[in-house]
Amino acid sequence: MKNTSLTNGNRRQFMKAGMATSAALLSSSALAQETVLEPSRGPGRTVMEMGYYGERSEYVKDARLKGNRGTGLIGGSLTPLQHGHGIVTPSGLHFEVHHSGVPDIDPSEHKLLIHGMVDDAKIFTMEDLLRFPSVNRFHFLECAGNGMGEWMAPRGQTVQQTHGLTSCSQWTGVPLKIVLNELGVKTDAKWILAEGDDGARMTRSIPMWKAMDDAILAYAQNGEFLRPEQGFPLRLLLPGFEGNMNVKWLRRLEIGDKPWWTHHEDTEYADPRPNDKIRAFSFYMEGRSVITSPSAGMKLNGPGFYEISGLAWSGAGTVKKVDISTDSGKTWQQANLEAPVLPKSHTRFKMPWTWDGKETNIMSRSTDDTGYVQPTYEEMYKLQGPIGMMHNNAIQNWHIAQDGEITNVRL
Amino acid sequence: MYLHKFLIIAVLMGASLANAQQSRFGAPATQEDIDKSFWTVFPDGEFLPDGEGNVAAGRELFEYNCTLCHNMPGENDPVKDEIGKLFGVDDKRGRTNLQQTIGSYWPYPTTVFDYIRRAMPLIAPMSLTNSDYYSLTAYLLYENGVIGEDEIMNKDTLPKVQMPNRDGFINAYPEVPEKYKAKD
Ligand code: HEC
Repeated sequence: MKNTSLTNGNRRQFMKAGMATSAALLSSSALAQETVLEPSRGPGRTVMEMGYYGERSEYVKDARLKGNRGTGLIGGSLTPLQHGHGIVTPSGLHFEVHHSGVPDIDPSEHKLLIHGMVDDAKIFTMEDLLRFPSVNRFHFLECAGNGMGEWMAPRGQTVQQTHGLTSCSQWTGVPLKIVLNELGVKTDAKWILAEGDDGARMTRSIPMWKAMDDAILAYAQNGEFLRPEQGFPLRLLLPGFEGNMNVKWLRRLEIGDKPWWTHHEDTEYADPRPNDKIRAFSFYMEGRSVITSPSAGMKLNGPGFYEISGLAWSGAGTVKKVDISTDSGKTWQQANLEAPVLPKSHTRFKMPWTWDGKETNIMSRSTDDTGYVQPTYEEMYKLQGPIGMMHNNAIQNWHIAQDGEITNVRL
Repeated sequence: MYLHKFLIIAVLMGASLANAQQSRFGAPATQEDIDKSFWTVFPDGEFLPDGEGNVAAGRELFEYNCTLCHNMPGENDPVKDEIGKLFGVDDKRGRTNLQQTIGSYWPYPTTVFDYIRRAMPLIAPMSLTNSDYYSLTAYLLYENGVIGEDEIMNKDTLPKVQMPNRDGFINAYPEVPEKYKAKD
């Protein structure tokens, strides 16, 4: 045996000594052992010390990045996509945008009023809504302004800053069409106004065809009730439509025959186009992808094997393929799409790659099942005009320097 | 015998399926419930409330209720400009202007009334009267060069106001775009 003296104060040595002693008590043959096994950690935290809601390890520091305008009431946070795995965003890291802070709503008092061009106007409690047949669906949400700051020039230092206004969850709720069909929607009703119960009483006009297609009155996210930032106790989910339309803290649905042109439809969420025009009701978040690892802010640890991993999504359908270039766009290879590959959901793509240690650029390009191909910045400028804010879905390039440093550079 | 029982059950089930379109849960909403949750104003003025306002009253209300966060015309506090720049953009077309002020961008005057009534002042939304909101609307439209100083705003006059950028808008998806139609 090695030195087991306790006087050297070394805890590890002490543990070894303790182990040896207790082993000796159990079996004298242990003393005959030539080598000492790596000691066990011994007992951990007790049940009494556990919380009733599990917490992540203290060593895991992934965090949202907060931003706000002036008052702190208008603002939100971005998801750390660079640390994500698979397709589900942890609820506590889901991006958020608010227009008058996060309200604190008691679900036992929350009500949804549906009125306007229906036979029976009704008020639903949460209890009522929970009694309807429900669905579970994986869907991404993306703020129309995701990548707003990147329009003119690359500015974000990480993929969280460039693309962090998108997240993906499994949502549970009642298909809106089930509820509407029961109320008897008038035949010439074409639009629905959704209103939130936040301080800004946020409103958006939603086309009836979307409501009758795949819209969900969602009350749960990733197996538990919604987080307050995500609209607790009730939000509208319009799969594939710009985040702002997925009205949170949903309190009212008004059925009408024309759009209302609410504040957000008139301004922030209307997109400048070429030819002096502004496009309203853009609705769809079109096909997009980004390599999340390796990505800007990271450093490759010398030449050798790396797994390229990223996310692709399309508000119009299902991701069909993702091509990756590791030679600055000269050649492209198809990445593996990892199951599940679901409509209007984040899709994880991966590709093995051996870096030769030379300076290069890597990028991804998605194609969805409508045939839509993610544009380059040049192509997007042609369509949307050189100044824009919303619906940036251009191909993202990451520059890799010879020392492995990765930065956000436009080619 | 068994078959007979089964048939009866099937008939009963059939009957309840036929009724499935009937409203199962929720309480009927009374007119009072609906009125309490004010209706959203349409661009043609439908659901605008009674009351009226003018620019002079609006200026006073604005100074008292809004300048904590928004600049007065001519003021240039950059923090307030970032919160929401409400005046002073000369470009009447939105394309080269990301400020999106009422006079340079908004296509409908009814939106001004509907939005400030539901959301402003941000710390105390819906705290003013409908006439106050008409006055504030008149003031904002006047300071954006859209209406004259003597114009009165109410449910008849407001929808008739012509916004400078009214023709600047195109709709992306007026009807179901073919490629997005549900495939079943
Ligand atoms: C506590 C701060 C605060 C006060 C007080 C306030 N506002 Fe605002 N206002 C804001 C913020 C923040 C926004 C941006 C809202 C958003 O983007 O969702 C805004 C936006 C607006 C807009 C839309 C600007 C645009 O171009 O989109 C108008 C119009 C407006 N406010 C009018 C008013 C009026 C009128 C009052 C007084 C009755 C008022 N505000 C009081 C903070 C305030």
